Amino acid sequence: MKSASARSRKSEAGNRKRQFDTADKKRGATWFGVPPSGGRANAGVQTATGRALRLSQAFFCLLISAVCFLNAGCIHREPPADLTILNGAEPETLDPALLTGQPEMRIVIGMFEGLMRFDPRTARPIPGLARSVEISPDGRIYTFHLRTNLVWSTGPPITADDVWYSWIRVLNPATASDYAGQLYYLKNGEAFNTGKIKDPSLVGIHVLDKFTVRVELNHPTPFFLDVCALPVTYIVPRQTIEKYGDRWIMAKPLPSSGPYELVYWRLNDKVRLKKNPRYWDAAHTRSDIIDLLPVGSPSAALNLYMSGQADIVWDKELVPTELVDLLLKRPDFHKFDYLGTYFIRFNVTRKPFDDPRVRQALALAIDKERIVTKITRAGEQPASHLVPDGTANYLPVGGLGYDPARARQLLAEAGYPGGQGFPRFEYTFNAAAGGAAEMHQNIAIELQQMWRDELGIHMDLRQLEWKVYLNAMDHLDYSLARSSWIGDYNDPQTFLGMFTSNDGNNRTGWKSATYDALITEANEQTDLKKRAEIFQRAETLLVSNQVPIIPLFFYVGINYFDTNKIQGVYENILDDHPLQYIRKAGRESRVEGREPENANQ
Amino acid sequence: MYFLKRLIFAIPLLLVISALAFWLVHIAPGGPFDRERAPASPEIERNLEAKYHLNEPVWKQYLRYLDGLAHGDFGPSLKYRDHSVNDIIAQGLPVSMTLGSLAFCFALGIGLPLGFFTAARRGRWPDYAGSFLATLAVCVPGFVLAPFLIVVFALKLKWLPVALWESPMQAILPMIALGAFSAGKVARLFREGMLNAMQSEFVTAARAKGLGENRLLLKHAVRIAVLPVVSYSGPMLADLLTGSFVIENIFQIPGIGVFLINGALNRDYTVVVGLALLYAVLLIALNLAVDFAYTWLDPRVKYE
Repeated sequence: MKSASARSRKSEAGNRKRQFDTADKKRGATWFGVPPSGGRANAGVQTATGRALRLSQAFFCLLISAVCFLNAGCIHREPPADLTILNGAEPETLDPALLTGQPEMRIVIGMFEGLMRFDPRTARPIPGLARSVEISPDGRIYTFHLRTNLVWSTGPPITADDVWYSWIRVLNPATASDYAGQLYYLKNGEAFNTGKIKDPSLVGIHVLDKFTVRVELNHPTPFFLDVCALPVTYIVPRQTIEKYGDRWIMAKPLPSSGPYELVYWRLNDKVRLKKNPRYWDAAHTRSDIIDLLPVGSPSAALNLYMSGQADIVWDKELVPTELVDLLLKRPDFHKFDYLGTYFIRFNVTRKPFDDPRVRQALALAIDKERIVTKITRAGEQPASHLVPDGTANYLPVGGLGYDPARARQLLAEAGYPGGQGFPRFEYTFNAAAGGAAEMHQNIAIELQQMWRDELGIHMDLRQLEWKVYLNAMDHLDYSLARSSWIGDYNDPQTFLGMFTSNDGNNRTGWKSATYDALITEANEQTDLKKRAEIFQRAETLLVSNQVPIIPLFFYVGINYFDTNKIQGVYENILDDHPLQYIRKAGRESRVEGREPENANQ
Repeated sequence: MYFLKRLIFAIPLLLVISALAFWLVHIAPGGPFDRERAPASPEIERNLEAKYHLNEPVWKQYLRYLDGLAHGDFGPSLKYRDHSVNDIIAQGLPVSMTLGSLAFCFALGIGLPLGFFTAARRGRWPDYAGSFLATLAVCVPGFVLAPFLIVVFALKLKWLPVALWESPMQAILPMIALGAFSAGKVARLFREGMLNAMQSEFVTAARAKGLGENRLLLKHAVRIAVLPVVSYSGPMLADLLTGSFVIENIFQIPGIGVFLINGALNRDYTVVVGLALLYAVLLIALNLAVDFAYTWLDPRVKYE
């Protein structure tokens, strides 16, 4: 066989490979019987083995030189960070107008600032780029006075025009901002964003002079200052955006309006920030260089933290669920109430879940205490209502508790005594990264068992990939589905608003004119106490009477860092931590050396 | 001539691959902009779709994509909106390729000597021990081996860092975790190749002529025995160079493997198609290189 065509060579190689595989198996049986050749050959084998060893040595040399090459070429010669933070998922974007998630937000609140910013202790809005604000008695007109000493990190002044541009940019349909809805509170904000009006000057934001902005709202919106502290409303550099387009955030230099400038953002590697010396409050910026690392797996986060390569881990997704009981006993693991609720959605357009009695029965048959002590185990509080305890401008209502006897009675009234005749149904939940997937599944199994034991009804589990799950929710292609909601801002509206008839987040098919009217009425109300009462009536309708959802528990936030070393991270219900207040004790002298006035704090 | 032909055939092949990838990822339920929080108005989602031309028919989007490709543009990422797919490849691929090359060297550096050693000592305890080791390396998956290595070498012994990608020391554990499977595979293939070669007629003939066992093994048997390893090396290298989701995730390495998997989960259409194409190009190129190596190693093989 002197020459072979390529085709036959290919198949020959394939055959050869297969032969080896089978030969391997056959040989396994005969190994013991095959003696090596005589003594002389053995000596030869010895030297051959010696050569093989030398060959492997050569490979190792190659390997080591490769590593040395790496050392010379790829190591980043850069100063160490003053603070290394494990920040959760890789940020999808650092454009304030486009971001939607908390990992992004935690970086962006360092790079840009809005008219308001978050108080590091309470996460309530405090003046940021605005020095002061006047609110009209009807709560619809806000007049913001900017500080007069504001400049971009690149030098030019920040003025009222920048505020106008930044907000109009969010509402501009071409920007395609997911969170543009946060500026629908502005007069004509929605109309401009949806293309019904084209003229931005009709939107309720007006520049009065270089340092004054007037904002007109549709309704009195008591949480509007909270909105002004959300990244979507932050002030961004017009010239850079117009020059670089969609990828302006990668421009160098990138003008920053916040306490930090972006040094670089290497995908899936790190975001490095350095202090912006031109920030109006730069004297109180406590760390010079901050690295924020995306981490995909809880065990990697824990390893990095335990080996001292990270100072702070502040994403509760980064706590390994199997270790949560152990870890929470450590003094450097901090657990606190969080503005988020885990709940179940009913698809009320499907029988038998169109009957409120059935929904109430299912809700009453759940022992929520058991779920938080047996499955989630991080100290979550069982929830009988949707709006978490501790939400601003509100006092929560009591909802349905655990009452299996009444649950059985309601189910019987609905025509299914002892669960007889109740169709099998499905519970939809999503696959998730890290420990969350297991939690969703364990909760599903627990519910399955509770409902079978208490009500005699049978449920099947249906786990879907994330995007398929979202798609199923949007198209009401489910019977029951696990859900959760994290508040955008600290007000009941962010939870209760979503179950109005036409809200895109309703996803239950439940429509109630009474409920819609209550929400509208609450949002017209300027008296906060009366407003809270109206919201309470709405929530009672939602969680006690109509029950399109069953709240299960309120999330807790978990951060881990050593309080002896790290200062300036405070527990708050939004789990927001402005970067400029955080400092590592070992680095103290460096900062204080330059800013002696900080020593007194 | 033959290789030129292969290269030309690669182009329609890549077109078919890109079209299939494009179509498959688009028919998967859910889209890149489906989120847990629905936007305040359906108009917002329409704005997004319009911006990225997702409102057009798929064939039209595909043509638009091909047009971009012709200009060397893989398009914008739909999930990481500040980055283009070119950025993602430019940042992630060198990292994955470095780690992959190291793992490749590791696989050959461990696998070949181990295969040789076990074949030379066949039927005795070094053979059993070596073969067991090779089988173990093939059987233990990366997501078991990697945490094990971290616990032993990083957390207990504190010889090596637990994760990240900044210094060469940080490359060692992921290199082992990534290359172990291939090393075991190479060892097994090479051992079998050696044993087969040593039983073949030309080796018997050479031995009959009085050639020293030493020379026989290294000069004659090895050349034939290494062929299955060479066949396997092409796809192996392509696989190692394009990164591993598991290893990159566990060691927090900014490679490309994470993007391929997450891209598919996120319905980041452009990332998935771009990386699928990249993988295809590497695979085609390396298979071609394997064929080249064959003509050099095995005098019986010639291409017309």
